[in-house]
Amino acid sequence: MANGSLANDVSYLEYEGKHKGIMGWLLSVDHKRIGLMYLMGILVFFFVAMTLGVLMRLEMLTPGETIMKPSTYNSVFTLHGVIMVFLFIIPAIPAVFGNFMLPIQIGAKDVAFPRLNLFSWYLYMIGAILAIVSLFTGGGAADTGWTFYVPYSIRSAQNVSMTTLAAFVLGFSSILTGLNFVVTIHRLRAPGMTWFRMPLFVWGLYATSWIQVLATPVIGITLALIMLERFMGIGVFDPALGGDPILYQHLFWIYSHPAVYIMILPAMGVVSEILPTFARKDIFGYKQIAISSLGIALIGYLVWGHHMFVSGMSDTSRIVFSLLTFLVAIPTGVKIFNWVATLYKGSIKFSAPLYYVLGFIFIFSIGGLTGLVLGALATDIHVTDTYFVVAHFHYVMFGGMGIMFFATMHYWFPKVFGKMYNEKLAVVACTVIIIGFNVLYFPFFIMGYMGMPRRYYDYLPQFEGWHILSTVGSWILVSGIVFMFGNLFYAMLKGPKAAVNPWGGTTLEWKVPSPPPLENFDEIPIVTGGPYVHNKSTYIMHPSKESINANGANKTVNQEAAL
Amino acid sequence: MHEGSSHGGAHVHRDDEGSKMAMWLFLFTELLLFGGLFLLYGAYRFEYADGFKVAAADMNSFIGAVNTIILLTSSLSVALSIAAIQRNQKRLTMAMLWFTILCGIAFLINKYFEWSHEIHNGIYPGGPALENMSNGEVIYFGLYYVMTGLHGLHVIVGLIFIGFIMNFISRDKITSTNYQKLENAGLYWHLVDVIWIFLFPLFYLLH
Ligand code: HEM
Ligand SMILES: [Cu+2]
Repeated sequence: MANGSLANDVSYLEYEGKHKGIMGWLLSVDHKRIGLMYLMGILVFFFVAMTLGVLMRLEMLTPGETIMKPSTYNSVFTLHGVIMVFLFIIPAIPAVFGNFMLPIQIGAKDVAFPRLNLFSWYLYMIGAILAIVSLFTGGGAADTGWTFYVPYSIRSAQNVSMTTLAAFVLGFSSILTGLNFVVTIHRLRAPGMTWFRMPLFVWGLYATSWIQVLATPVIGITLALIMLERFMGIGVFDPALGGDPILYQHLFWIYSHPAVYIMILPAMGVVSEILPTFARKDIFGYKQIAISSLGIALIGYLVWGHHMFVSGMSDTSRIVFSLLTFLVAIPTGVKIFNWVATLYKGSIKFSAPLYYVLGFIFIFSIGGLTGLVLGALATDIHVTDTYFVVAHFHYVMFGGMGIMFFATMHYWFPKVFGKMYNEKLAVVACTVIIIGFNVLYFPFFIMGYMGMPRRYYDYLPQFEGWHILSTVGSWILVSGIVFMFGNLFYAMLKGPKAAVNPWGGTTLEWKVPSPPPLENFDEIPIVTGGPYVHNKSTYIMHPSKESINANGANKTVNQEAAL
Repeated sequence: MHEGSSHGGAHVHRDDEGSKMAMWLFLFTELLLFGGLFLLYGAYRFEYADGFKVAAADMNSFIGAVNTIILLTSSLSVALSIAAIQRNQKRLTMAMLWFTILCGIAFLINKYFEWSHEIHNGIYPGGPALENMSNGEVIYFGLYYVMTGLHGLHVIVGLIFIGFIMNFISRDKITSTNYQKLENAGLYWHLVDVIWIFLFPLFYLLH
């Protein structure tokens, strides 16, 4: 090996290459550094959007004008939605932890295209900056809602064009990351790592990456058409010129429904990592979980119409879309049952990541079941475009992916920073978050059922009590979140040193030092078994010639066992 | 498997098959990008069959046909350039790529004359001629400008891509043993060609 051991003596955090200091980060093509750079950007935007969310709740504390004007409220919920969806939820787990852990988990030194990876980060930042600039230029922030529905988005005098341009650029970044991951997973798995020996997080990323590659271009062209429609009036979506707004909705949701799975599949992947580790048990139904990820991705393509039940589709298409929507419940149910079965008779070690996962299973189940209410035609017509919908998607998106993002931060924190956080405080924060979350959003279900429309600035007096309760919930939730970040931030600076494998995890990232060295592995390891086998090593970390030969002989045997 | 050294984290890593795979995936996303527009075209052609017929009758299918021939020829020359580099014929490779670039430019010049003729006649989004036309015709021309415009943009990107590749070849960064980049550029150019093959009948031939 030409690289000698120099690079592998120091961690990726300390390593100094051609560039030093801040440039050592901004020009780094190391997947781990890029992951951390994403983390920084994403957290900043999360805090911005969270503040907007809290402002909205404050506005809704009492009827009538409380702290902002109606037009401001429109811009605020649009920005809250755009930032949360395009800048936080979609990229968070794949871009941060996918980048960081995927190569390590499959035994590679980096992703297939490190420079493209850095380029994606820059695209992400450019898109983000465009979104922020659109706030202050050209008549003020977009006020269309994050869905940019026509014809309003064509007519609105606010700065819709720049916001859609931002989303367009972000889409590009997302496509390139997905493409990079697909090729990495196909080409860079360590010897012996068959498809069914990949960690389930990798399976989640794999399914997600395909959706990113196959769905994002459609939203790209749709948003580009909005811009062209605004600048030139080409007429394809403008009813005044004969265009059809419903076609816009089709194109929009053909992307945006699968996008929901871009958000959730990596999160489900992390659940499948955390559970076996803290139950100290082989995961139950490994293959079903892996394949159900692909199943969800596949069916996810066919259900976009459930967002359009009331927009004037034919009855036949409504019934078909409703039926297909129910089908998604099958692979999802498979996953949930397998997770619960993994816990059964495990020797469970309760700690922060596991608490988050339990919170996730609880919240996500509520989100999923209320999804059935929305997927059924009759009930959807009652609750569509009410707070019920807002509650549902916060339960799935925030409660699903958001909570799992917090779990992920705790699970891999020792590996990423080489430090330990205070476990007790982490559990307290988690508890506060789960409580605050439910106090904030559960009233939305009730209000929605009672008829409170979404995206409304004002409301009737009978909703006031629920709005107050929910706003108080937002304070609890935000305190919990701030407390959680405080704990992690303190640990990053002052925490005690973390061991290589503090939780007793069985996947490859727990075999390399914390934090990992620049190139992850001195020598590419050899994989001899499945990812979640406890009490027995399934990796040969420093393969010598003999072990390669010896392993070559039994590789085929193991492969058969794995298939 | 992995050779090479670490320079600031980038161990040198070459994987021709991986890079070809990435290119195919990327091309797939391009097809989907146009796919959205083809979907719109189909839906509106169905809705406004008559308007589309009237509008299409105005198109100059001669220019369209010439452009089709130009692009098909240029696809051939790109393919020949790859064959040439495999045999280590650097000058022939460069000649073939120059020829491709000329074809691309000829295509754009043709397009320029076609568009300016229409714009001169007031046929453009918001233009005076469109105001008196039916909805179907308006949408036909809207889609025409968007789709051929986006395609034209791809021609330009393709030309820049090939320009970079030629630079690599002249500096011997691309050689008979390492020509994956050239192959990828060729794939991209074929895509530009293939999309045109669909646009041509949709806008010029279907009356
Ligand atoms: C941190 C606490 C959060 C609070 C207090 C909050 C609060 C709110 C409120 C009050 C609305 C407006 C509902 C309406 O008027 O229809 C809203 C909308 C929305 N929220 Fe959140 N939210 C939070 C976190 C999140 C997260 C993590 C996501 C990630 C997906 C998210 C995504 C959205 C979206 C997409 C909308 C719809 C915007 C629109 O109607 O255009 N929110 N949120
Ligand atoms: Cu959906």
